Amino acid sequence: MNRAVLSGNEAIARGFYEAGGRFAAAYPGTPSTEILENIGKFQEIKAQWSPNEKVALETAAGASLGGVRALAAMKHVGLNVAADPLFSLSYMGVSGGLVIISADDPAMHSSQNEQDNRWYAKAAKIPMLEPSDSQEAKDFTILALELSERFDTPVLLRTTTRINHSKSIVELKEPITVERKKYAKDYMKNVLLPSNARKKHVLVEKRLEQLAEYGKTAAVNRMELGDTKMGIITSGISYQYAKEVFPEASILKLGLTFPLPKELIREFATKVEKLFVIEELDPFLEEQILAMGIAVEGKNKLPILGELNLSIVREALLGEKADDLTFSVKEPIPARPPSLCPGCSHRGVFYALKRLKLNVMGDIGCYTLGALPPLEAMDTCLCMGASVGFSEGMEKTEGEELQGKVIGVIGDSTFFHSGITGLIDIFYNRSHAKLIILDNHITAMTGQQEHPGSGLSLRREPTNKVDIEKLVRAIGIKRVVKINPYELKETIATIKEEMQVDEPSVIIADAPCVIRARKIFTKPYYVIADKCTKCGMCDRVGCSAIEKDEDGKTKINPLLCIGCDICLQVCKPGAIQRPVNE
Amino acid sequence: MDKLKLKIEKDNPVINVVMGGVGGQGVLVASDILTLAALNAGMDTKKSEVHGMAQRGGSVVSQIRLGEKIYSPLVVKGSADVLLAFEKLEAVRYLEMLKQGGVVIVNDQQITPLTVYFANIPYPENVEEICRRRAGEFFAIEGIQIADDLGNTRVLNTVMLGALSTFLDIKKDDWIKAIEQRVPQKTIPLNIKAFEEGAKIFDAVNY
Repeated sequence: MNRAVLSGNEAIARGFYEAGGRFAAAYPGTPSTEILENIGKFQEIKAQWSPNEKVALETAAGASLGGVRALAAMKHVGLNVAADPLFSLSYMGVSGGLVIISADDPAMHSSQNEQDNRWYAKAAKIPMLEPSDSQEAKDFTILALELSERFDTPVLLRTTTRINHSKSIVELKEPITVERKKYAKDYMKNVLLPSNARKKHVLVEKRLEQLAEYGKTAAVNRMELGDTKMGIITSGISYQYAKEVFPEASILKLGLTFPLPKELIREFATKVEKLFVIEELDPFLEEQILAMGIAVEGKNKLPILGELNLSIVREALLGEKADDLTFSVKEPIPARPPSLCPGCSHRGVFYALKRLKLNVMGDIGCYTLGALPPLEAMDTCLCMGASVGFSEGMEKTEGEELQGKVIGVIGDSTFFHSGITGLIDIFYNRSHAKLIILDNHITAMTGQQEHPGSGLSLRREPTNKVDIEKLVRAIGIKRVVKINPYELKETIATIKEEMQVDEPSVIIADAPCVIRARKIFTKPYYVIADKCTKCGMCDRVGCSAIEKDEDGKTKINPLLCIGCDICLQVCKPGAIQRPVNE
Repeated sequence: MDKLKLKIEKDNPVINVVMGGVGGQGVLVASDILTLAALNAGMDTKKSEVHGMAQRGGSVVSQIRLGEKIYSPLVVKGSADVLLAFEKLEAVRYLEMLKQGGVVIVNDQQITPLTVYFANIPYPENVEEICRRRAGEFFAIEGIQIADDLGNTRVLNTVMLGALSTFLDIKKDDWIKAIEQRVPQKTIPLNIKAFEEGAKIFDAVNY
């Protein structure tokens, strides 16, 4: 038997491959990113990065309509972006199977909120599968494509970080071949004019009934009967916690969690004395079961915030404190927060923005770290692309304290994702908003994924490249300035100048991500200790290569410094030096 | 030596390992190799990790569980049998994961986080003393030195695994196969060498 240890994301990719999938698209976002990266390893599948999740879903839906099995993957907030096509695709249905992955992030390991995307399945009236480990992540991906074709619907595969990023053992099988379904025009099915859509809604409601019927006997919904004093209804990762804490209890494990297999739940309820729902985040199952008139407990004991784990489940339902939680380290433990990389091109821009005391509308990306001390050069961070609209809105308030003081910052990938529509609005509605595009030529935050401006495809093959400057000019923005963010004087002067003008302005801070281009600079810089006055200017750039010696004087960690020159430019006493052989 | 080995038995059906370190030290690859070694040894295994922004110098932690049958991929606080720390401060940070009397193996290296300078939180001086409040066994090993002597500090992670291997009931062949499965082809011999050097540290100790 061929077995491997796979993460949930690797297993989803493998499942799509084994099911004969042929097209997959995504915008990278933790914890979903590795799904497409791993699908990219299978040459049989056309795999690509999209500028955003809406586009990813629409192209996947197009591929499905064209007759092949297709997948779109995204993180939970990505499904908000793709929600528009999602709800209507529910009506249109599919040709080749279509699976949509929503990778939710309970506990917000790297997200702005912890929404529970199970509600999307209910709201869009599409079936949802929730795997509990990597084996199921693979199996359910295959099942999702089968159900999609059988019931003519997109299927939501909802995971959580703990499924996406934990690894467990998976059995590997050979892929099957699925014939492409021939395309046939079908105006009534695929054109959602009101007159057609009204008829489709009837079918959608009927489909839910059929799916509920299927769920009654589907193998993914199973009773594990044991001690009947306690019955647990659960799904996803919560199943694992339930199983480990209550090895003797009766468990109803739901794999298909929308629509709910109501008869099965009723049957299970009659077999046990007391019912608990163990689920993370919202009372999604609990509310529906309560609405069936069945008494259950759940969120009265379990938290609605964050991830569950064994201790939480044990304590909540058994009232038992884990034995050994009394131990703690008394000494203060210095945090080790992430920071902009040594040599990061964003550092110069943020240093300049702080010096100029501007109100900076921020966005999602590595550069969000510019909000942390000591740079503290970012006022807001809401969602992808929001910096552009925020800048325009702030500017339009004409607040005195805001005049010439508001600027947006957005990364290149984020600009393609959803910044561009905001910029079109700035031009169209005669805003004077100012924007800096931090163009490091890559989607850096999620781990170096390609995008429309990088010139390379998901598989790192050369492809067409969008020129950001030309694109901005094509919108109609006249003031477009490129700067080298490593030149502090130039950067400060340019921003200062552009803040004064009575028209929209876009500054493109153009320098490659330093992780991608580590060797672009020189040998490490060093400090002449005698010249260091401990003035602290170099501390303000917040570089992790800058350390202190025993006397509190600056020293530079040669393992981290790549000679980006920013600290030298701020060192007034001239203690920081370039290596002499440069 | 044998009495120290953590065996999976009826009253101890699961072994929990927590690995902590700094982004870039190879913690995640090391935990991958441990899970593969467990797979090769015929055990059930799950692992879970926190990463994301870790490549920007943050703290990285990985949790690995081995045994007959594993459900949760998460190690309960206070229940880790072994804490494998790639850096001294990270040993202290994740010490609460360790069970009373557990084993701490720490790479004797200090990587000072920025907060020591900017937030004036001192780097703990007495790492061993703090760890001994909890640990039954504490070992500081010259992991980074051994890796450097082998010509590449990046094999620190396989040196650490070599040290860890002497505590676990997994055969050397299963470890070697796991290394071959996980590290880049051209670095396999160096990583195997590093693993063996790590294991030697404890072979030399007379229990």
